[in-house]
Amino acid sequence: MDLTLKVWRQKDKDAAGSMVTYPVKGISPDMSFLEMLDVLNEDILRRGEDPIAFDHDCREGICGMCSLFINGRAHGPERGTTTCQLHMRHFNDGDTITIEPWRAAAFPVHKDLVVDRSAFDRIQQAGGYVSVNTGGVPDANAIPIPKSIADKAFDAATCIQCGACVAACKNASAMLFVSAKVSQLAMLPQGKAERKTRAENMVAQMDIEGFGACTNIGSCAAECPVGISLENIAMLRREYISATATSENLA
Amino acid sequence: MNWFTKTFSSTIGRKIIMSITGLFLCSFLVVHLIGNLQLFKNDGGAAFNVYSHFMGTNPVIRTMEIVLLLGFLFHIYDAIVLTRRNKAARPVGYAENRPGENSPWSSRNMGLLGTVILVFLIIHLWNFFVPARFGGLEGVVVEDVEYDNLYLRVVQSFQIWWYVAIYVLAMVALAYHLIHGFQSAFQSLGLTHKKYTPFIQKFGYAFSVIVCLGFAIIPLYFFFFFEL
Amino acid sequence: MILDSKIPEGNLAEKWDKHKFNVKLVNPANKRKYDIIVVGTGLAGASAAATFGELGYNVKAFCFQDSPRRAHSIAAQGGINAAKNYQNDGDSIFRLFYDTIKGGDYRAREANVYRLAQVSVDIIDQCVAQGVPFAREYGGLLANRSFGGAQVSRTFYARGQTGQQLLLGAYSALNRQIAYGKVKMYPRTEMLDLVMVDGKARGIVVRNLITGKIESHSAHAVVLATGGYGNVFFLSTNAMGSNATAAWRAHKKGALFANPCYTQIHPTCIPVSGGYQSKLTLMSESLRNDGRVWVPKTVELAQRLRKGEITVNDIKEEDRDYYLERKYPAFGNLVPRDVASRNAKLVCDEGRGVGGSGLAVYLDFADAIKREGQPAIAAKYGNLFEMYAKITDENPYERPMRIYPAVHYTMGGLWVDYNLMTNIPGLYATGECNFSDHGANRLGASALMQGLADGYFVIPYTIGDYLAKTPYDKVGTDHPAFKEAEAAVIAKNNQLLGINGTRTVDDFHKALGQIMWDYCGMARNAEGLRFAKQEIRKLRDEFWRDVKVVGVNEELNITLEKANRVADFLELGELMVDDALHRNESCGGHFREEYQTPENEALRDDENFAYVAAWEFTGVGNDPVLHKEELQFENVKLTQRSYK
Repeated sequence: MDLTLKVWRQKDKDAAGSMVTYPVKGISPDMSFLEMLDVLNEDILRRGEDPIAFDHDCREGICGMCSLFINGRAHGPERGTTTCQLHMRHFNDGDTITIEPWRAAAFPVHKDLVVDRSAFDRIQQAGGYVSVNTGGVPDANAIPIPKSIADKAFDAATCIQCGACVAACKNASAMLFVSAKVSQLAMLPQGKAERKTRAENMVAQMDIEGFGACTNIGSCAAECPVGISLENIAMLRREYISATATSENLA
Repeated sequence: MNWFTKTFSSTIGRKIIMSITGLFLCSFLVVHLIGNLQLFKNDGGAAFNVYSHFMGTNPVIRTMEIVLLLGFLFHIYDAIVLTRRNKAARPVGYAENRPGENSPWSSRNMGLLGTVILVFLIIHLWNFFVPARFGGLEGVVVEDVEYDNLYLRVVQSFQIWWYVAIYVLAMVALAYHLIHGFQSAFQSLGLTHKKYTPFIQKFGYAFSVIVCLGFAIIPLYFFFFFEL
Repeated sequence: MILDSKIPEGNLAEKWDKHKFNVKLVNPANKRKYDIIVVGTGLAGASAAATFGELGYNVKAFCFQDSPRRAHSIAAQGGINAAKNYQNDGDSIFRLFYDTIKGGDYRAREANVYRLAQVSVDIIDQCVAQGVPFAREYGGLLANRSFGGAQVSRTFYARGQTGQQLLLGAYSALNRQIAYGKVKMYPRTEMLDLVMVDGKARGIVVRNLITGKIESHSAHAVVLATGGYGNVFFLSTNAMGSNATAAWRAHKKGALFANPCYTQIHPTCIPVSGGYQSKLTLMSESLRNDGRVWVPKTVELAQRLRKGEITVNDIKEEDRDYYLERKYPAFGNLVPRDVASRNAKLVCDEGRGVGGSGLAVYLDFADAIKREGQPAIAAKYGNLFEMYAKITDENPYERPMRIYPAVHYTMGGLWVDYNLMTNIPGLYATGECNFSDHGANRLGASALMQGLADGYFVIPYTIGDYLAKTPYDKVGTDHPAFKEAEAAVIAKNNQLLGINGTRTVDDFHKALGQIMWDYCGMARNAEGLRFAKQEIRKLRDEFWRDVKVVGVNEELNITLEKANRVADFLELGELMVDDALHRNESCGGHFREEYQTPENEALRDDENFAYVAAWEFTGVGNDPVLHKEELQFENVKLTQRSYK
């Protein structure tokens, strides 16, 4: 199939960018979206021009590196699918496809479609862990966890940190991401000891990074490729309210 | 900043204020609507005028009026702060965006709906509250006591077609605002549970529609079925 | 050069404990005087960096991805082995050790493998304490499954994403140390050279992938945890960015490269669908627990199938050849990976392959669905079936999956001693980057175990032994050795940028991959390997004459990144061929057609090849020098692997 792509090109962080149109021909419906971009990049390269930079790595939908706002949707039109797992059979011959980077003040563009998501790392550094050193831990079966709780914690733990929630949110809010991280540990007995400081510190860092506020629109969960639920956001709020109300932290 | 201001100036804290004030304003709507239903009483407005006099003079109600005012102010102030923050969180927009595929329109347009409601509120207060409180209404005698005839002002106002149209449109906006806002308030407070959330969502929807329909029927009733 | 594996004296079960006592310790107050560089933040790297930080060392960690959490460990599906014997089904440390040694076709060090089995139990405890959500039973205790043909249930798992959950655990530990300031993290930064001062590893030269800036970092020790080199084949289950550059450039500085020809070809991957294909997707091996592998009995039927004259459901039961069940009645569809892969290749070579290209076999769930019902099968494999449907647009509930082997893991890697130190003092290699624990074939659910064992429980002890004997003095990055290395890196980048040829990097990479797959893949022979060596040399010459790299160094330049990696693959590929050619036997993932039993099974030559082949670099285009580390087997008897 033949397509017209409108792609955001931006030389570097400080440069102004613009949408550039590229025709692509002979695309197989069995190609993945990123393979289609590979084909385009090879063409661009053969012409001696600068290929389009985009993030990608595992191409199995698990590393969370790929992004792309495709035709007005984070990770494209298929629900529950990362861009690397999106196949061209979901498009039609002759389609025009717009491809843009994630847009958020907290995700500045490095180049073309590559954005800086290090804000997510910093939020987790603020408390997204259980403080245990290597060694000196109890036997694994000394911490029994009811299956239903373990399953719920797992649902939160499946977050791949891709940033689609921020990209899709009208407010560029990171609440779905932060809530998945907080609630996973809040539900497990291992995470209980630090649950108050964790909730306070991670929310504070989230705000410092310049993400918007969650206004419960729900775009995040609808576009999340791994189906993180809005329930986590409610749980984060419970955690935050009870933490700020009862912690000894006066600052 | 101490912990208190820090908590309530965080994005989560501001949403807590939004939801508490929002739910409080919902409770006001119920009281207001019940009072308004006395307009339908076929007594030439006697009950309604007594009621409005009570509302304007009772010290408890007058105190609550200030609380209500604060509720509005906090709700509006935090809405503005959050909206500005959210706009700043995405300085460069998308060339193509299809949010309709992932979220309801009303949820994304609470600011717009709120603004419509605010404009309506000003008109509404100007027309009824200001004259009732500060003078400008004719007098009427009910059981030997003289009252301001607010009833007459209501009936007269709702004979004007564009006035009725403003009311009905505002109530549609309010309904959409509440359809998102009611259940969202519970989510903002973390009050969700597998067992109760589905009920809260359905109740919120019904509440929004019924209350706003109740308010909207009044101008329509007086416009179509009532002659002075 | 004499290779000293530094295996401690004493009986197998006591070696590690004795060694831990004998290694020198660094005083807690002095640990902060030592700097350690960790390259790569997968399971092996992140766990090591976090643990070093906890101990008090100053750590600098590097990864080329935008976040440490994206390292390709994340893609591991199946699980992690540990000799916990929670299921009371007869597992023990010795059994895990034995299975691993046997599974590796007796080409791994006994002492290392035993230690791996010993610390496997600590890994599970550690991960659970971090909050890793392993699968659980209703009573709240951990669940296990049997995996990869093991006779006991010792595999701990987290749905189909054990790798992600374990990596998130290690990443959270790493984050905690970053927050404490003990680890400084450098994402989107790629190591391009190792710096040696006075014969010791003292730092690295890196390129900032955003700005292109070439920088040096110095330390008292350098740990490479940069994964495997499966992407030599272009098509593999590795991530697009997985590369061998760090390890290969260390090799060029003198680190020996061991057993490069040991490549694991995973039997259950989604077949190639076209020339545009950029990577291959693995379907968890657990599918073989219920799926039956078959091809049509006759070439004629297979041909009609490929042409589309008939569909798979038209083939009658008696015309189907369940070749694994037929040849290996005891293990059936659950034979080890190397055996399953080779047999798939055999039937396709006979012309009985299916799918458009004829390079696929069926994995059929019809019987399992009939037996257990679709809901039961969906509960077990639903996400895998979904993934298959997403990629192929075929519904595996209605027609059998098509699968084909694909390059998955490389058992070879930098040679290390028992302390995980390479032959260069101060340079360590952990995880898939080293060669140590899997011999010639890795068992399922053992890669995660090894990565975390190395990072959490082995190297934190052994690196102290080295540092305790190293003076505190730091080497400045203005040292001539750093300047020289930087200049060489810059010169190489400029050379690549200056060629301005006609063929793209991917073009060369695909051509190399084809050569490797055809002649150094699932089956190899001397003639083909000799031919491949010539072809690789020709291709390499052409690369340096005709590759097209655009742009400049001082920017985010994806073509330059790839060109550096492919330049190294073009050298490493030749070493793999050399190694495969010299090893005149078949073992595990290395199958030489000349050396097979009458039943087409791998025929080992323990008399002449029970050694680790560690190769020394002598210059591009020169033949490498072979060093042998003889393998001593005192606790297991070498036997022909049999799965009949």
